[in-house]
Amino acid sequence: MLEIKNLHATIAGKEILKGLDLTVRPGEVHAIMGPNGAGKSTLSSVLTGNPAYTVTEGSVTFYGKNLLEMAPEIRSRKGIFMSFQYPVEIPGVSMVNFMRAAVNEHRKYKGEEPMSASEFLKLMRTKKELLELDSKLANRSVNEGFSGGEKKRNEIFQMAMLEPRLSILDETDSGLDIDALRVVAHGVNTLKNNDNASIVITHYQRLLDYIVPDFVHVLYNGRIVKTGTKELALELEEKGYDWIKKEFEA
Amino acid sequence: MSRAQQYIDLYEQTADTIKQQAATLLNAHRDEAFARFKQVGFPTNKDEAYLYCPVLEALDTDYGFDLNHLTVPANATDLFRCDVPGIRAHNFYIVNDQLQPAHTALPDGVIFCKLSEACTHHADLVAAHLDRQIGTGNDGFTLFNRTFAQDGYFLFVPANTTLDLPIQLVNMLYAQSSLMTHTRNLIVLDEGAQLHLLVCDHATTGIDFFANRLTEIVVGKNAQLHYYTLESTGADTSNNDQIIVEQAAGSQTVINFIGLHNGRSRHHIAINLNGEHAATWLGGIVISGDNQRTDIDTDIHHNVPHCHSQELFKYILDGASEGAFAGRIVVAKQAQHTEAYQTNRNICLTKQARMHAKPQLEIYADDVKCGHGATTGQIDENALFYMRTRGIGEAEARMLLLLAFAADVLDKITVEAVRDRLRLMVEQRLRGGESKCKSCKIC
Repeated sequence: MLEIKNLHATIAGKEILKGLDLTVRPGEVHAIMGPNGAGKSTLSSVLTGNPAYTVTEGSVTFYGKNLLEMAPEIRSRKGIFMSFQYPVEIPGVSMVNFMRAAVNEHRKYKGEEPMSASEFLKLMRTKKELLELDSKLANRSVNEGFSGGEKKRNEIFQMAMLEPRLSILDETDSGLDIDALRVVAHGVNTLKNNDNASIVITHYQRLLDYIVPDFVHVLYNGRIVKTGTKELALELEEKGYDWIKKEFEA
Repeated sequence: MSRAQQYIDLYEQTADTIKQQAATLLNAHRDEAFARFKQVGFPTNKDEAYLYCPVLEALDTDYGFDLNHLTVPANATDLFRCDVPGIRAHNFYIVNDQLQPAHTALPDGVIFCKLSEACTHHADLVAAHLDRQIGTGNDGFTLFNRTFAQDGYFLFVPANTTLDLPIQLVNMLYAQSSLMTHTRNLIVLDEGAQLHLLVCDHATTGIDFFANRLTEIVVGKNAQLHYYTLESTGADTSNNDQIIVEQAAGSQTVINFIGLHNGRSRHHIAINLNGEHAATWLGGIVISGDNQRTDIDTDIHHNVPHCHSQELFKYILDGASEGAFAGRIVVAKQAQHTEAYQTNRNICLTKQARMHAKPQLEIYADDVKCGHGATTGQIDENALFYMRTRGIGEAEARMLLLLAFAADVLDKITVEAVRDRLRLMVEQRLRGGESKCKSCKIC
């Protein structure tokens, strides 16, 4: 579904991605690991269309279509979702209005009628239970005053509402205690099926005990330098990234 | 020749006509006010309180005057019928300075009539309050109003009376050719009275108007006033609107201004907290584009201890529009235990839009809690991107963010139907569509 070839990207004139290749097929879970500054967050930003980043070379296709020329909202409606590392607080916009706007835009794009208020609230209730979120969530402003754990659970809740074909989890485990991690992972695993795929970006192997990857990639200096199975993650956890750095700086 | 000269000449030629057609009590100090106006003239942009006042230049236009009230059409209420859905209210209409006969029954003792009628039937009541707050002032616009104003309305709510419904007052500027009007209004809430008043300002489009309005409001002991104003006029309307409020002990007021369409406006709101434990919430949202200019100038005087005031003004400026906010708070030496807070937040959507913000706190007491903050910025790009990654289109995301920005001002409107209607009008305004009442045949 996703084909990234020789991707180069810059922010404020500085090149971060330097020829990245990655192929993701339906049903797969890819973990991307790597040291600080390797380009992990740049990759997720470029895939979701963050205007701060510029692609200078290479291509990204999503189901055969050029992803890079699509606006962020079109990518979302076509089925790409990112769980933000730092979810944004939006004072004054309630979760219910925010999600209803999002769900209805997705439906409109597919040529479906907007959801009625009662249908929508029912859907929200079901998905909230999956993430064990507070029932008062609907009337609170988006992420405002949410704890770190609540923010991350709220990201996966939005993922559950929008049912993406490709979800990108950008350091979803950072700042989570073990219970919250379990809830988040349970949500992600419940949503998994043979038609969708995930890219899990993480520093630590810990998350991969709960969300088991088919492939583990090591991102270093703007490129994927090593690909393996989940055992690679264990090796990284044990040995750190220095041996990778040595190997590729030599 | 000074800017005031054409009006000085006009008064000297027409003083007799003005007086003949005027509310009697307005004549008592008319010549005296004129003599002072002749001396001081209009303020200029060099005067501190008029630094960004957008209506001064508009005084140079040669407007018509309607001293005999000939422009008011016979079927005014049909022309201006307002169909705000869901608002059950006592509906009243003013055309220029003339309150129209109404078809609604107010509770016993509540008076709402032309000021000229009140001077005949309720002379003592009017005399007790008219001019009291502005009598010795030397403000050019106030003196200008006192020189020319012939009529307006008188609204009285007797002690411990609560109106079953809000009063909605549709304030129309109507003429076939350019027109300047001067209006004098007086609102008195006796002890323990409660009133919700919604004032909607509209104007015939394509005609140059200058409205010079002055409303004195007296809020009695423990009385409660909710005063909401909606400004939705046209590019050719200049509006100089002054509201002067006096609050007695334990009284509460909420004054909320919603500015959607206008030409040039200056809104001066002065509040005198004269009784202990009086409380004021004063705020508004201005949404403007093109060349609209809106100046809000507030002046809160804490004259006694234990009063509370809170201000919240927000501006969303698009196109080449310009906003100004000046918030003066004066805490007198004896006004200990005052709490006074002021917030002004503004968003400029274009490089051409301009905002001038000026907090001005003068605190002479030493045991008070006061604070102020003013920010001017752009829409939050991170929030915008976050919303777009959820599939919400850019225009819709911007609209939701701006509506959220306006929310805390709109939330202060306690009458649900009024709040919902105004929220809808703000939303329509932000979407760039028409935000006018559907059945209105005039604006």
